[in-house]
Amino acid sequence: VKVGVIVFPGSNCDRDMYHVLTDVFNLDAQYFWHEKSLPKNIDAVILPGGFSYGDRLRAGVIAAHSPIIKDVKKLAEKGIPILGVCNGFQILVESGLLPGVLLKNESLNFMCEWTNLIVENNTTSFTNQFELHQKIPIPIANGEGRYYADDVMLKQLKKKNQIVFRYSDVVNGSTDRIAGVCNEDENVVGMMPHPERAVESEINPIDNKPSSLIFESLLVKMGVSN
Amino acid sequence: LSLDSNELSELKSKIGRNPTSTELQIVSAEWSEHCSYKSSKKHLKMLPMTGALVINEKGYDSGVLDVGGGYVVTAHIESHNHPSAVEPFGGAATGVGGVIRDILSAGTRPIAIFDGLRFGNIEKDQQARWLFKNAVSGVAAYGNCLGIPTIGGEVEFDDCYRNYALVDVAAIGFGKKENLIKNHAKKGDLVVLLGGFTGRDGIGGSQFASDSLESEDRSAVQIPDPFIEKLIIEAVLEARNEKLIHAMKDLGGGGLSCAVSETADALDIGIEMDVGKVHTRESDMHPDEIMVSESQERMLIVTDKIKLKKLESICKKFHIECSVIGHVTTDNQMRVKKGTKTLANLPTDVVANATLLDLPSKYPEYLKTIENEKKFKSISDYSKTLMKLLASPNIASKIWVYGQYDHEVGIRTVVKPGNDASVLRLDNGKFLSAKIDGNPKHCYINPREGAIGCFEEACRNVVCTGAKPIGMLDHLQFGNPKDPEIFWTFLESLKGLTDFAKYFEIPCIGGKVSLYNETSAGPIKPTPVIGVLGLIDKKPLVPQKISENDCLAIIGDTKDEMGGSEYFEYIHKFIGGKCPTVDFSESKKNMNAVLDVIDAKILKSAHDCSKGGFAVAVSELCMQNMIGCKVSLEKIPGGKLDIDRALFSESHSRYLLTFEKKNLKKLEILLKKNKVSFEIIGHFEGDKIQFVSGTNSIVDLRVDKAQKTWLNSLRDLVLHG
Repeated sequence: VKVGVIVFPGSNCDRDMYHVLTDVFNLDAQYFWHEKSLPKNIDAVILPGGFSYGDRLRAGVIAAHSPIIKDVKKLAEKGIPILGVCNGFQILVESGLLPGVLLKNESLNFMCEWTNLIVENNTTSFTNQFELHQKIPIPIANGEGRYYADDVMLKQLKKKNQIVFRYSDVVNGSTDRIAGVCNEDENVVGMMPHPERAVESEINPIDNKPSSLIFESLLVKMGVSN
Repeated sequence: LSLDSNELSELKSKIGRNPTSTELQIVSAEWSEHCSYKSSKKHLKMLPMTGALVINEKGYDSGVLDVGGGYVVTAHIESHNHPSAVEPFGGAATGVGGVIRDILSAGTRPIAIFDGLRFGNIEKDQQARWLFKNAVSGVAAYGNCLGIPTIGGEVEFDDCYRNYALVDVAAIGFGKKENLIKNHAKKGDLVVLLGGFTGRDGIGGSQFASDSLESEDRSAVQIPDPFIEKLIIEAVLEARNEKLIHAMKDLGGGGLSCAVSETADALDIGIEMDVGKVHTRESDMHPDEIMVSESQERMLIVTDKIKLKKLESICKKFHIECSVIGHVTTDNQMRVKKGTKTLANLPTDVVANATLLDLPSKYPEYLKTIENEKKFKSISDYSKTLMKLLASPNIASKIWVYGQYDHEVGIRTVVKPGNDASVLRLDNGKFLSAKIDGNPKHCYINPREGAIGCFEEACRNVVCTGAKPIGMLDHLQFGNPKDPEIFWTFLESLKGLTDFAKYFEIPCIGGKVSLYNETSAGPIKPTPVIGVLGLIDKKPLVPQKISENDCLAIIGDTKDEMGGSEYFEYIHKFIGGKCPTVDFSESKKNMNAVLDVIDAKILKSAHDCSKGGFAVAVSELCMQNMIGCKVSLEKIPGGKLDIDRALFSESHSRYLLTFEKKNLKKLEILLKKNKVSFEIIGHFEGDKIQFVSGTNSIVDLRVDKAQKTWLNSLRDLVLHG
């Protein structure tokens, strides 16, 4: 199997994600520059965090028009697992692959801190190994991480079970404490917190096992584990 | 122009003619204090700069340490004081950018940033609050965008920085030894300018920074663009991997003038360049402006014709500009042309080496009486005093600051900000610990002992993580060096640092001197800021959660040295008294003892005792772990001390150790073996910070209340005044 890590100009968590995929989960990962195309037989795609195009205009909005996004859309339709983390989530939202929008945090500041997530949907490509409502200690690091959906969309998200993660506390003013969502087919997931920063016990001061389940869920989905 | 009449006639006699206008611009930039270190260079040589791990190569802008397994760590410190005092966001941001490029120019990837920020009294002064808030935003905006974690630093407020700002940024790089750029060049090699466009920002910035801050010259402040810097980092590292770079230098103070002349001088070559080939932001820029512009995010690279093609294609991939602006010659001249017209033709050694000054120094008047202490009214309620200190801007938690910095990106941060020193994991299985420290209050009272104290404090911090200090960065910030009294304080600090560095065999691997830090209100207090890097071969001591009945020990004597303490200055508004001094042999013994007990794996945490003294250090442990303690003050080692001194003296060489009761015997045996002064002074229990003296309760403070105040007071002050 092969997992693609997309690199946009300004991506800065690409190397961290690559390390986790290859060194921690022994996956065959490959970087793809945003101007290149993705092979049709790729098994999963990850859009890592960072500041694509320096967050100019609005986080993720320019990268959403990169040539490679066309391929990502095609793969999404085919049901290939696609994960967007932080800026990757912003790009997925801006490209229309995921619903909603990400706004400046309520504090108007960049926030870097450890938070707790609650798993609200445990059937997606990246959460199928979790208990429902399982807690995940995980760090956030963003300036535009406040998920927003209006009442109509929120109702829709709840009805279709598209809310994947909520913060256990009010962190940044996100609608309904939403930290991550998925598409209707549950193969495309976006989340603001950084699982790649939480899967190794050496750098996770609390508990690294829950975050690891995000990647283990992907392994199961791709049929390479257990 | 900053050249004085002596320097002008010196230049004329060296080149045997009148300089052209471009030559004057180039030399003024390069002979400025900022670029030439003309006042300090003679004396800086006293610092030990070699050591078993130090790798010295020509033309490096950062220090290089061999950390084993084929890997190196690079480090450098810079400040951006003048610009930050005028435009704090841009000044601080470009300060980050500059030091990052110094790390990059050695061929290493930047992996961490530290920031030391100093402002006026934010409790009273709205301007100071504005400067602080925006400088933090500037560091955050730049570092976060680059994806380089800002993992530590310090923030301090003092009246001496009124209407001013000290913004110090240190950076650490990491890479394979074999990938270090070995700066070299030969005739016919090409000189390439890579990165951002040269514009009209930062014109004369280095000269602006080499004078007192009297006007707000905003055009001298550079404009930050971290996105371009990020692209440059990736492009340069890709070029490094493909071995396309013969020599490299970042463009900082003095712009092209400085980068070209210093590269040529360091490599013993000449460079001929054409200003018309420089990619500029505006088409009508004058050649002189192009030569001294300090526009950011630019690198000077020497390569050859064959490698240029590959370099160009890398730049194309990242959509960054790459212009061949000149070539290498053998005549050791710096020749600047526009088309066929020669604008400047100067010997590179003349440009790059200003005549060094030997400035007079004189014992300052103010020091003659400063150690006299005043008698204060005795404190009736120490709980209240302690609470007041915990809420004070210098002691309150800096979470509002580092919470805005991405300190996790890069997934190396093992010990995170908010502790003594931060620790990064390295690819060779080892760990790097680092910290920067300054203390202008101590340094004002005794420039020598104060500077030594900063150095020792930074060492204590890295020792608390289990690291052995392996290198030091010094950043010496003072007022106008032409004032002999100020220059005396500079020399005293430098001598103190030198003595400590030699005794402990910690080489100085890099540094910076920043002079003329004054406003119309006068000079700043002497502010050396010291960074220390420590290496951990095995595992770092990551602070573990303290629980009920865990014990507390202190190593090191508490002495009657209250001068410059937060207690004197913040509570009693008194500047004076005897400031803490470091006993070198005691300091070394204590350091080794702490490393020994960490090595024995019997500690939960080790914490350094510094600002605010013993009372604050113990409170910090309680507040971070949300647990109370019961501590007997009369057990504190160091002879007979009154309550004020026991609680608030800022004596050096002291460490607080926490451990499980079952390890008590082992700890005592190890500490006795190390022959250090130590005492088991209490334990953790309940939900109150309790200090007792005999049967008297001295402090009795609820931890939750203290913690809330300590965590929120800085934020509240910034947001609501």
